[in-house]
Amino acid sequence: MPTNIDLKALSQLPDSKGHFGPYGGRFVSETLMAALKQLEETYEKLWRDPAFQEEFDRDLAHYVGRPSPLYFAKHLTDKVGGAKIYLKREDLNHTGAHKVNNTIGQALLAKYTGKPRVIAETGAGQHGVASATVAARMGLECQVYMGAEDVQRQALNVYRMKLLGAEVIAVESGTRTLKDAMNEAMRDWVTNVDDTFYIIGTAAGPHPYPKLVRDFQCIIGREARQQCLDQTGRLPDALVACVGGGSNAIGLFHPFIEDENVKMYGVEAGGYGVETGHHAAPLSAGAPGVLHGNRTYLMSDEAGQIVGTHSVSAGLDYPGVGPEHSFLKDTGRAEYVDATDEEAMDAFRILTRVEGIMPALESSHAVAYAMKLAKEMDKDQTIVVNLSGRGDKDIHTVAQIDGINI
Amino acid sequence: MSRISSSFEKLNAEGRKALIPYVTAGDCSPEVTVPLLHALVEAGADIIELGVPFSDPMADGPVIQLACERALAHGVRLSDVLDMVSEFRKTDAETPLVLMGYLNPVEIMGYENFAKNASEAGVDGVLTVDLPPEESDEFNQIMQAQGIDTIYLMAPTTEEERVKYICENGSGYLYYVSVKGVTGSSALDVQSVSDKLDIVRKYTDLPVGVGFGIKDAESASSVAEVADGVIVGSVLVNKIAELVKDKAQIAPQVSAIIKDMRTAMDS
Ligand SMILES: Cc1ncc(COP(=O)(O)O)c(C=O)c1O
Repeated sequence: MPTNIDLKALSQLPDSKGHFGPYGGRFVSETLMAALKQLEETYEKLWRDPAFQEEFDRDLAHYVGRPSPLYFAKHLTDKVGGAKIYLKREDLNHTGAHKVNNTIGQALLAKYTGKPRVIAETGAGQHGVASATVAARMGLECQVYMGAEDVQRQALNVYRMKLLGAEVIAVESGTRTLKDAMNEAMRDWVTNVDDTFYIIGTAAGPHPYPKLVRDFQCIIGREARQQCLDQTGRLPDALVACVGGGSNAIGLFHPFIEDENVKMYGVEAGGYGVETGHHAAPLSAGAPGVLHGNRTYLMSDEAGQIVGTHSVSAGLDYPGVGPEHSFLKDTGRAEYVDATDEEAMDAFRILTRVEGIMPALESSHAVAYAMKLAKEMDKDQTIVVNLSGRGDKDIHTVAQIDGINI
Repeated sequence: MSRISSSFEKLNAEGRKALIPYVTAGDCSPEVTVPLLHALVEAGADIIELGVPFSDPMADGPVIQLACERALAHGVRLSDVLDMVSEFRKTDAETPLVLMGYLNPVEIMGYENFAKNASEAGVDGVLTVDLPPEESDEFNQIMQAQGIDTIYLMAPTTEEERVKYICENGSGYLYYVSVKGVTGSSALDVQSVSDKLDIVRKYTDLPVGVGFGIKDAESASSVAEVADGVIVGSVLVNKIAELVKDKAQIAPQVSAIIKDMRTAMDS
C-alpha cells in the first residue's frame, strides 16, 4: 500500500458533491436532480437523528437478527492449510443476505419522507426479496425490476417476491440483466418521482446512494472488527469480499480503512476468465466512465458502449461498480482480484462439504479467493471473509451445472 | 455569432418559432440518416437534434431505446455520427446541428478530442442528458473553446433557484422537458409549461425549446404559442420504426410530419 495517502481523509469521503476523488457524483437527467437533493437532505438529517438510529438499530437486532456471527471456519482452514479463515455470517440474516441491512435503512427513509410506493432493481433477486420484505412489513406498494434472463436464472426468488406481495417486472431491453433492470427502475423513478422511493440495491448510482448504502452496510464491518478483537485479541490481517456493485464489500471494508495494516481484497466475477473477455470485472479489466449516475470503472468498448457481462452468479453480473471502490483501487488502499465461475463453483462445493455452510454463488467468489490467499499467509494470521449470502437461491443453477433437473 | 443564435435571431425577426426534430443517428441503418436530415430541413426544420446511440439510454422511453438498438445493430459509434455530420455539412452550411446523447461515449473519446472532432465536423451544440451543470465545469470550458454550445435540460421538478443556476451555465438554447417522465411520455399541459417558462425567462434571454409529449401538428402549434422552439422526437422515431422494411419511404414520410407541424405553427 502506498504510504503517502491520508487514510483519515479517505475514510471521510465522499465530499459534498458525492465525489470520491474523480469518481462518484451525480450524473442523471434533470428530472431526478430535485429528488436526489431532497433525498440527500433527508438522509443527512435523519442519519444524525438519534430516534432514526434507534429505530434502525432495533430493526437490525430484532427483525434482521443482528449481530451476525463471526465464525472461525476451522475445517476450511485445516483443509487449505495457512491463515485462519473467519466467516462473517451475513447469510444468517433474515432473507438470507446482507442486502436487508440496506433495505431496512432505505425503507425507513421512505417512511420518513412519506412515499407510499417503493421500487427496486435486482440481479440475483436477493435485493428484490429484501425490498419486498420490508415493503410488506411497512405496507408499501413494491415493484421490482429484474432482467428477463435473471428472472429465469432465479425463479425461486421471483416467486418469493410475489408471495411477499411485490410485482416483479421482467426487463426485456438490452442484455436483459441487472444493468437493464437498473435503467428501467430509473425510468420508472423519473416518471413517478412524486410518490415513489427508489431503493437502490448496491453502493452505486447517483449521490447520495453510494454513501447511504455504504453507511447502512457498515454495520457488517463494525461488528466484524469488534468480534475479531474479542475472539482473536487483534485485528484481522486481511478482509475478503465479493464485488458486484460493491455493497457487501464496502460495508466490510469501510470501518477498517484507517487500520492500515488490514489488507482488503475485493473479488470480482472472473466469469470464463478475465482473458476471455467474458467476465464482470470492471475494476480488474475495465476503465473509468459514466453509467447509472456515477463516474466509476466500467466495462465499455472503445466507442463507449456498455458491453455485456458474464458471471455464473446473477448478483455479480454487472458492468459497473460503486465509485468508492474505484477510488480505493486508485489509491491502493484496497486490491481488486477475480475468481472465475469454476473457482467459485469449487469453493461452493468445498465450503458446503467441510463446514456444512452453503454459500451464495456471489459469496463463493470471496471464499475462492480467500482459499488462495490463506495458502500464501502464515498460520497465525487471520482472514475475515464476508459470507454475503446463503446458497439456497442457487441450488437450481448448481443442479443444472451438474446436469440434474430438479 | 453561432449558427444556433443566428437561427433564433432570424426566426425572431420573422415572428416565427423554431421547429426542432430529433432523430437517432443510424436508425434504422446508417445510410438513411443524412438524406433524412436534408429532407427534414426541406420540410421546415430550423435546427436538428441528432441522437447519438447509446447502449443504456436511461432517460429514454421504449421508442428511442429501440432506435438506439437498431443503430447499434449496425455498429454506429460516436465517430460515425460525426462523419454523418460532416457529410450533411457538405451541402448544408446553415442549419444548426445539436448532438444529443449520453456522457460515456464522450468520456471514452475524451472531452478534448470530442470537442475538436465535433467542431471540425460542423456540430453546433451538445446536449448530454446525464451531465447536469454541477458536473460540467471542465466540459463547458472545453466545448466553448471550440465554439460549441452546451445545452441543458430543465424539468417540471427544477426549482427556481436551480433554474437560475442552469440558465447561467447554458448556451445556445435551453431545453424544457415538459413532463415528468422519459421520452415518449404522455401529452403535456401547455398552461403549466407556460407558467414555468415565465419563471425561466426571469433569468435568461436564451431561447427556450420545449420537448417531450409533442405528438402532432396541434400540440406543436399550441406549444409554439408559449415557447421559442418546439422539439419533436418520439413521433418521428416511431414512424422510422414502422418503415424499417421500406427505407425509401423514411425521408418522405418522416419529413411529412414535420411539414404538417411547420404549417400549423406558422399559420
Ligand atoms: C449474496 C450476494 N452477495 C453479493 C451480491 C453482490 O452485490 P454487492 O456487490 O452490492 O454486495 C449480491 C447481489 O445480488 C448477493 O445477492
